[in-house]
Amino acid sequence: MGQFRQCPDSGFFFDKSADRLMKANAVAGIVALLIAGVLALGVILTRWQSIHLLPADTFYTVLTAHGINGLIFWIIFFEIAVLYFASSTLLRCRLAAPKWAWAGFGLMLSGAIMNNIAVLSGKSSVMMTSYVPMQAQPHFYLGLILFAVGALIACFVFFGTLVIAKDEKTYEGSVPLVTFGALTAAIIAVFTIASGAIVLIPTFLWSIGYIAHIDAAMYRVIWWAFGHSSQQINVAAHVSIWYLIIGVLFGARPMSEKVSRFAFLLYILFLQLAAAHHILTDPGLSSEWKIFNTSYAMYLAVLASLIHGLTVPGSMEVAQRSKGLTKGLFEWLRKAPWGNPVFSGFFISLVVFGFIGGITGVVMGTEQINLIIHNTIYVPAHFHATVVVGTSLTFMALTYLLIPVLFRRQTFLPRVAQWQPYVFSAGMVTLILFQLGAGTLGVSRRHWDMGFSGATLSFDYAGTAYMMMAVSGVGGVLAVLGGGMFIVVAVGSLIFGKKLEPSAGFLQSFALAPLAPEVYDIEQPEILKRAEKLPVEEHGSSGFHAPGTFVLAMILLVCFVVYYFINWDYLSSVWPMS
Amino acid sequence: MAEQSRNGDRPEKLSFWQRLMDNHFLLLFLGVVIPTVFYILWGIMEIANLPIAE
Ligand code: HEM
Ligand SMILES: [Cu+2]
Repeated sequence: MGQFRQCPDSGFFFDKSADRLMKANAVAGIVALLIAGVLALGVILTRWQSIHLLPADTFYTVLTAHGINGLIFWIIFFEIAVLYFASSTLLRCRLAAPKWAWAGFGLMLSGAIMNNIAVLSGKSSVMMTSYVPMQAQPHFYLGLILFAVGALIACFVFFGTLVIAKDEKTYEGSVPLVTFGALTAAIIAVFTIASGAIVLIPTFLWSIGYIAHIDAAMYRVIWWAFGHSSQQINVAAHVSIWYLIIGVLFGARPMSEKVSRFAFLLYILFLQLAAAHHILTDPGLSSEWKIFNTSYAMYLAVLASLIHGLTVPGSMEVAQRSKGLTKGLFEWLRKAPWGNPVFSGFFISLVVFGFIGGITGVVMGTEQINLIIHNTIYVPAHFHATVVVGTSLTFMALTYLLIPVLFRRQTFLPRVAQWQPYVFSAGMVTLILFQLGAGTLGVSRRHWDMGFSGATLSFDYAGTAYMMMAVSGVGGVLAVLGGGMFIVVAVGSLIFGKKLEPSAGFLQSFALAPLAPEVYDIEQPEILKRAEKLPVEEHGSSGFHAPGTFVLAMILLVCFVVYYFINWDYLSSVWPMS
Repeated sequence: MAEQSRNGDRPEKLSFWQRLMDNHFLLLFLGVVIPTVFYILWGIMEIANLPIAE
């Protein structure tokens, strides 16, 4: 009996305890996604004004739970699984301190349950931002604190595994790029969680009456150090997974490891400062602070995303061309495995994240034009492009990859899986585009009744605004359906999928029991060899061998420039200067 | 195993950037200190310096 097993299909090595921990975290994440998705239906059908499903108080309860389960619990549980994969599996190293890792998981799980109880009881409908002086029940904050402490422990298990791998020399040279990306995510996570502790612990003490007053402006600044950075964990994580997926599917190597690593370094140094874009309309902070932290710093981080956005498809193009798919600009893309949800999920997420998420993000991060859309439904539209089609769809694609590899089951209902990324993203993109439109017309986010019925100060939105919210509602229902398809395939595979390993039973799928001990028949895998140098790197630099990607990048640039200036023009008509 | 890992650290000149990126805990330090100084501390100082309304 040994410590590792090797997946016969993919060649990946799994440490015995990391194996179970990855499953536990991934499954907990998927459960949170299920809750978020069911509640999404309530949210979207209420914002669709002619249906207007839920009463006001339920709407805010449901919206709070939707945001927290989606943005915090689903994504972070899944990210912990990714961290363990990127350290233990990719470095072929045993996981550091598995007992601590389980303790962290236990804290995260109890925190998530505690917080959900507080929210769903209806007495903590403070939205995921929980701005003071609105007060939630104490166990709302306590749940989040426990969850954060658990996640912090998981980050240190990740760092510990890196240390062990270095000491025991399980790899040659530097860590692989995917691990470096995960390291970026873990570093940002440490800052994120520390900020979360600074803001939530006093708020918890205030909710039990220990502290009399929390300053609202301070709260917002520190809360966003937590709220914004946590989104940047997602970016670093899903970009790393993109590199992993093109490596697994196409054998693609980054066009230049150096450049890609440098882009991750830019994330580590600058991405978190852009938190200030959430505070652009707050009084009390100087323009110097706002502009330094958004413009100057944020553009360095945006540069890094552009680099990844270029090298990920570029590397795939180079790999495909080397296999003979060289006709025209786009044969490499046309003949990609569009029927494989691992690929389609990844590629759609790349395009939507880059085009819609990226462009709207820069517009919102610019102090002046931010004013047009601040606090409108444009904002949720933007982050459903980044965090739902970007991060969540990438995680779904990775799940399809992991079902046979980690869970040792065949995909259940493969046809449904094949369609899932298309249905989900078609619905989501419809929702996003029409809410961007409605937001530009001024429709508020987090607003139960855009008709202002019975309000003293009311406002009449144009008919198009109602129409756009309705179309976004149709898109939202389709997206919920697509999300449901994912859950059916993922959970179905764990329960009914054909076993690829005889001992991979029901309990094993849900991490409640280990695989048979004889499966772990390797004491220590062979050292991970340094990759051969690419010809490009040896010559220093060379021409760009991915003309198709170059064209895509130019289209992105043109879209961006046009849209950016349309917004400035629009700003000038909203605020006449003459 | 042992021989293989000895091959692994064959001496070679690593660039400044490569050494920086191999130093994971230095990166952790930078990734925490930079936003703490420019975003949190600077931001908090500005708010703390606001005069309180009477
Ligand atoms: C499955 C389909 C989904 C639909 C139809 C949907 C729909 C919506 C809508 C319409 C809003 C805005 C409501 C408003 O501001 O009035 C919203 C908010 C939000 N959604 Fe989703 N969503 C979906 C999935 C997700 C997922 C997977 C995540 C997380 C990764 C997520 C995270 C959020 C967050 C964080 C908010 C903001 C809550 C707040 O303002 O406090 N959503 N969603
Ligand atoms: Cu942000």
